[in-house]
Amino acid sequence: MERTKVNLLGIELDNPVIPASGTFGYGREFAELYDINILGSFSFKGTTLHPRLGNPLPRIAEAPAGMLNAVGLQNPGVDRVISEELPNLAKIFHKPVMANVSGFSIEEYAETCKRLDTCEQVGWLEVNISCPNVHHGGMSFGTDPAQAAAVTKAVKAVTTKPVIMKLSPNVTDIAAIAKACADAGADGVSLINTLMGMRINLNTRRPVIANVTGGLSGPAVFPVALRMVYQVAKAVDIPVIGMGGVSSAEDVIEMMMAGATAVEIGAANLADPFACKRIIEDLPAVMDKYHINQLTDIIGGAL
Amino acid sequence: MKQTSYIILENKPLTINVFRMMLRGDTSPIIAPGQFINIQLDGLYLRRPISVCDVEGDRLTIIYKVVGRGTERLSRMAPGAALDCFSGLGNGYGLTCAGENPVLVGGGVGVPPLYLLAKKLLEQGKRVTVCLGFNTAEEIFYSDEFKALGCEVRVSTVDGSYGAKGFVTAVLPDKPSYYYACGPEPMLKAVFGALDCSGQLSFEARMGCGFGACMGCTCETLTGYKRICKDGPVMRKEELLWNAQR
Repeated sequence: MERTKVNLLGIELDNPVIPASGTFGYGREFAELYDINILGSFSFKGTTLHPRLGNPLPRIAEAPAGMLNAVGLQNPGVDRVISEELPNLAKIFHKPVMANVSGFSIEEYAETCKRLDTCEQVGWLEVNISCPNVHHGGMSFGTDPAQAAAVTKAVKAVTTKPVIMKLSPNVTDIAAIAKACADAGADGVSLINTLMGMRINLNTRRPVIANVTGGLSGPAVFPVALRMVYQVAKAVDIPVIGMGGVSSAEDVIEMMMAGATAVEIGAANLADPFACKRIIEDLPAVMDKYHINQLTDIIGGAL
Repeated sequence: MKQTSYIILENKPLTINVFRMMLRGDTSPIIAPGQFINIQLDGLYLRRPISVCDVEGDRLTIIYKVVGRGTERLSRMAPGAALDCFSGLGNGYGLTCAGENPVLVGGGVGVPPLYLLAKKLLEQGKRVTVCLGFNTAEEIFYSDEFKALGCEVRVSTVDGSYGAKGFVTAVLPDKPSYYYACGPEPMLKAVFGALDCSGQLSFEARMGCGFGACMGCTCETLTGYKRICKDGPVMRKEELLWNAQR
């Protein structure tokens, strides 16, 4: 285990594998299948100030080597997350957890983060300024450097926990957004959220997803995600968490070579609920194959 | 739920686009009628959820309609091949409140899960009426199988080419003790409106994971948000939002 350890903003992880927000719920379904304490950490379901049902159905569509989703930030709201979900989570997961936060105004982001700041279990705040599936919020904060910086500043002002800004790939220059976040005081960035896409049902001649568009994830996006992680890692001095289509131990290593300190696994958990377990178990042998002694040795190796 | 491999014993068409697949393997994860399995298929990213029609020892039957690439691929699988599945998903139908003469109402490819349900209810000594709705006579399947179990079977077709003409609501019995329904949502809504007794309805959805993690199939009910894959697919009549709209 020593060989796979990484340090993410002052907290040591047994390995860099972190299930991505929205693909792991609050861990319960996976804890029925395996001991989720083998994970480095995990990022729980995106949390907003108020409860949200999310978007109408259908929310899901198949894509070549991936999937589209337009869940729309369904969650019980921050107060119930703190009073119900986190205590339940504490019974099955005994490591610091990443709190994923979304919002529809800068004040809302700050208020939600402020409330989560009081939770001992929360090791990091991952601030999602990149959800493509909600209107008047989410991604709009992540597509403009000034807005991204404003959210970063507002959140940093209300918490002492490390703040990781989760970035959208649906921009012209992701490095510029990352830089704006870093300059505004972000402790780290995570990327990429999903790429906006759509499908049409040939029988009904209507979009498959009720929201019309959805976020593309899965192996299809891996090279795009890797490229963006590389560009961002070159542009900023703060830690980068890489994600986007990661499905194997090899992908984890590739992401780390592109500059990622830790790696989030998203869609793979849905297609194969054992994906993270398999990746963690595969890591030592894959490291041997590529003559990697310590995972920390390869971070940013390709930069 | 459990990940398991099923060997295909048979994969044959029942109608022009409805297939029956017999599988062999560990059926222990399936604990209630109305549950489903989630099948991995080559070249497709997401698994495909298909309801369980019957379980007998180590044999499992599914019936599916070819509607897209997943089911099309499934229809071309040959006996002897193995299917990687998550088995025993969803809540399934509850049997305890059925009363003496429950009615089972199925529409099209919503019919299959009612078969195992009928068997279980008959084992408990219930008088079971089965109402099956199809579009045309050519699309009818499993009415003889329900008869062979000992159910009273009533069939309707939309075009009147077999049985009563119209929707399945045309053949519902007068005073059933309880109802169980599975089919397209308009049919479920019609059955909900037509029967006064209590009942359970099974819903269909495009799913992401199939085990409750992704919130890809959540619907709102009077008792909160429910994931169709994990908290359903079977909902109690009393918890449906349709009650508030009446």
